Amino acid sequence: MRKVGVIGAGMTIFRRRLQETGKEMCFEATRMALDSAGLSIGDVDMVVNGTAPDAFDGVHMKGEYLLDGCGGYRKPYTRVFTGGGTGVFSTIAGWWHVASGLADVVLVVNEEKMSSCQPHPQSVFAHIWDPILDRPLKPNLVWIFAMEMNRYMTVYGIKKEDIARVAVKNKRNAVGHPCAQLADANITVDDVLKSEVMAWPVQRLDISPPSDGASAVVLASDDFIRRRRIKDRAWISGVGWCIDSTMWTDRDLVFPEYVARAAKMAYGMAKVRDPRREIDFAEPYDPFDYKELHHLEGLLLAKKGEAPTLTREGVTQRDGDLPVCPSGGLMGVGNPIAATMGMKIGELFWQLTGQAGKRQIPHEVRTGVSQAWGDLMQYGCVVVMRA
Amino acid sequence: MTFLERTTDARRYRAWEGNMEADYIYTSGLAGQRFFVALRDEGRLLAARCTACGLDYLPPRIFCEECFAELTEFVPVPPEGQVASLTVAHQDRTGALASPPQVWAFVTFKGVRGGLLHRLLATPDAARPGMRVHIRVRPREARTGTIADIEGFEPARSTK
Amino acid sequence: MTARVAKWPGVELSAADLLEGKVTQTRFRPDAKYAWSAGEAISRFLEELQAGRLIARTCHRCERILFPPRMFCEECFRPTDAWTYIRDTGTIETYSVSYLDTDAKRISEPILVGVVSLDGASPKMGMMHYFGEMTKDEIRIGMRVRAVWRPAEERKGSVLDIRYFRPLREGER
Ligand SMILES: [Zn+2]
Ligand SMILES: [Zn+2]
Repeated sequence: MRKVGVIGAGMTIFRRRLQETGKEMCFEATRMALDSAGLSIGDVDMVVNGTAPDAFDGVHMKGEYLLDGCGGYRKPYTRVFTGGGTGVFSTIAGWWHVASGLADVVLVVNEEKMSSCQPHPQSVFAHIWDPILDRPLKPNLVWIFAMEMNRYMTVYGIKKEDIARVAVKNKRNAVGHPCAQLADANITVDDVLKSEVMAWPVQRLDISPPSDGASAVVLASDDFIRRRRIKDRAWISGVGWCIDSTMWTDRDLVFPEYVARAAKMAYGMAKVRDPRREIDFAEPYDPFDYKELHHLEGLLLAKKGEAPTLTREGVTQRDGDLPVCPSGGLMGVGNPIAATMGMKIGELFWQLTGQAGKRQIPHEVRTGVSQAWGDLMQYGCVVVMRA
Repeated sequence: MTFLERTTDARRYRAWEGNMEADYIYTSGLAGQRFFVALRDEGRLLAARCTACGLDYLPPRIFCEECFAELTEFVPVPPEGQVASLTVAHQDRTGALASPPQVWAFVTFKGVRGGLLHRLLATPDAARPGMRVHIRVRPREARTGTIADIEGFEPARSTK
Repeated sequence: MTARVAKWPGVELSAADLLEGKVTQTRFRPDAKYAWSAGEAISRFLEELQAGRLIARTCHRCERILFPPRMFCEECFRPTDAWTYIRDTGTIETYSVSYLDTDAKRISEPILVGVVSLDGASPKMGMMHYFGEMTKDEIRIGMRVRAVWRPAEERKGSVLDIRYFRPLREGER
C-alpha cells in the first residue's frame, strides 16, 4: 500500500441555517481545500463525497445532486455513507483510492443541509428506527442516546457534572474556531446542569446542535507530495472501521465494542502499541458530551469507566497531557453530520501541520487519532494521523 | 442454505403500514437568489458567466464545473430559446389522468450551457422539437420567486 | 492556514429569513406511504403478540435464544433452528425520562421509556417499550417488570399490544 497524506482542508462556517444550497456549500469548502493545497481541479484524479441521510437535505440521490459542487464533474466519483460515521469514513474511502495506487490526488467532500427539514430534523430521524419493532412507539431519536448515557452512568456510577465538563471544555475550545456555531467562553458546568431536560439524563446543553455546513480535504500519494514539494502535509498511518449488531436492544450499551475493534485495526496498521502513551491528541466523535467519554474508552485511551476522571483532572484540556477535541468538537463547532469531517480530519491536519491558529495545542504533537460514530449507535471508524 | 422453516400459508405474513412524514424548505442559494429575484421582479432569466472558459450557465451557479472558479458575473439569457426535446404527459405525478394532456419541454438557449424544463404552452399536435419559444411569466403580483413564476414556454411570435 | 483565512464562507440566515420567506425558496411536502413486509420471523412475532405471548428463535450452534426473533443468527451466520416462547417478565436494562415527543415537541408529562431484557431469552436480549405504574423517581435500572397487555379484542398484532411494562409486585416472579 502506498503512503497517503492529507495536504489541504477547508470548511464553511457551521450555522443552524445557511443560505447556500448543498452544492454551493460543497464548492466553498472544496475551493478552500484546493487553494490551501495549492492545487487546481485538474490535479484531482478522483472525488469521494460523504453525506448522511437524504432526508435531511430533502434530496434523493444526494451524492449525484452534490457532485458538481464537490468537483466531481466528469471524474470517477463515489458517495459513501455510514450515518454519523461518514465524518471520518469518507476519508478512509479516499485513503484507499490513493493507497491502492488507483489515484494520486483525491478530494473528499462532506456536506449536510439540515435546515431544509421542517420544522426540525428530528422529524426525519424517526425513519431510522425499525418500522415494525420501534416506530409504533413513536420514539424520538434522543431517547436512544439518553438510554445509552443512563446505562453508562449507572454501571460506572458516573455523575452528570462529570459529563457536563466535556460540554464546557468543548464549547470553550470552540471559541478559537472561526466556523463555530456554539462557542461559549463563559459557560460553566452549572449552566449545563440547569439547562432544559429533554430526555433525562440528556439536557439541552448535553447535545450538539443541528447545522448546515460542508467540509473538504485533499489526499495525495507520498510520490505526488514529494514531486510537488508540498510542505504542509500530515500522513494517514492507520484506518479502521467496524459495525455491531443491527438489533440495538440486544447490545450492551455500556462499552462501544465496535469502536474498540475499529481502533485496534487502525492502531495495528499504524503500529501503535500503547495508545495512551503514543497518541498525543484525539478528536473523538462528540455529538453528545457523554459520547466523548464513551469513545475515549472505545479508543483505548482511557480504561472502562475512567474517561470522566481524565476529564475532571484536566488531562483532556488543550494544554493537558492528552488534548481531546481541541477543535471544539461537535458540541462547540456544530453538527452538520458528515461535514464534521472539518473538526475530525481537518483539525488533525491543521494541528499536525501547526496551522490551527488560536486552537494550536501549545506543546508539540506528532500523532493524532480521530473517530466518528454512526448508524443506529453501532458503527465506529478511526483514522490515525502523524506529522 | 435457506431458512429451516417457512410459513406456507401466505395469509399469515403481516405488513405494517406507515408513512415518511417530512416537510422541506429549500433555499435557492446564492446563485438561485440572483436568478429568482430577477425572474420575480423583472420577469427575465439570468445566467452565470465564466469568462475563463467562455461559458454561460443556466440555471446559474456560483462555480464553473469546468475550471472550478467562483462565478460572480450574471448575464441575461437570450429571449428566444429552442425546444431540445419534449414529452406529452397523459398522467400527472400522482398517476391521475391529465386532461387535456400536458406538453413538457426541455428548452436550450444559444450560447448557454444548460437549459430549463417547463410546460410547453402548445397543443400536443403543434409541439415539436426545434420550435422557437420564449418564456411566459405570471403576472407580477402572482410571482413569488420560484420556478412556478414561469407559466411555461410559448411559441415565439416569429414562428406563429 | 486557518489563521490566514480572512473570511470563512457561508451566509447565515435567521429563522425569520427562512420561515418568513425573506430569501427566495421552494417548499415541498413529500407524501410517501409504505407497507413494510414483516417477513418470516416478525410476522410470527406479531401473530404471537396478538395472542398475548412473546416468542424467540433459538440457534443450536451458539445456544442463544434470540429476541426479537430472526431466521438467521448473526454470530454463526446460519439459519436459526426453532421457535420458543419466552416470558413476559424482565429487567430494565436502561431507560429515559423524556420531555420530548416524537417530533421533538415539548411535553409536560414525561414519557418513561427504555429497554427491557426478557426472562427466557439470552442475556441482554430485549425490546424497547414504555413503563407505567411507576413514577420517574421510582424507575431504576435493574428493576423487575412485567408486560401489561391490552385486552385480547383490542390487540392488533403490534408491539402496542403491550401497553407498557409495570413493576413486579410483592411475591410476583
Ligand atoms: Zn470556467
Ligand atoms: Zn448462533
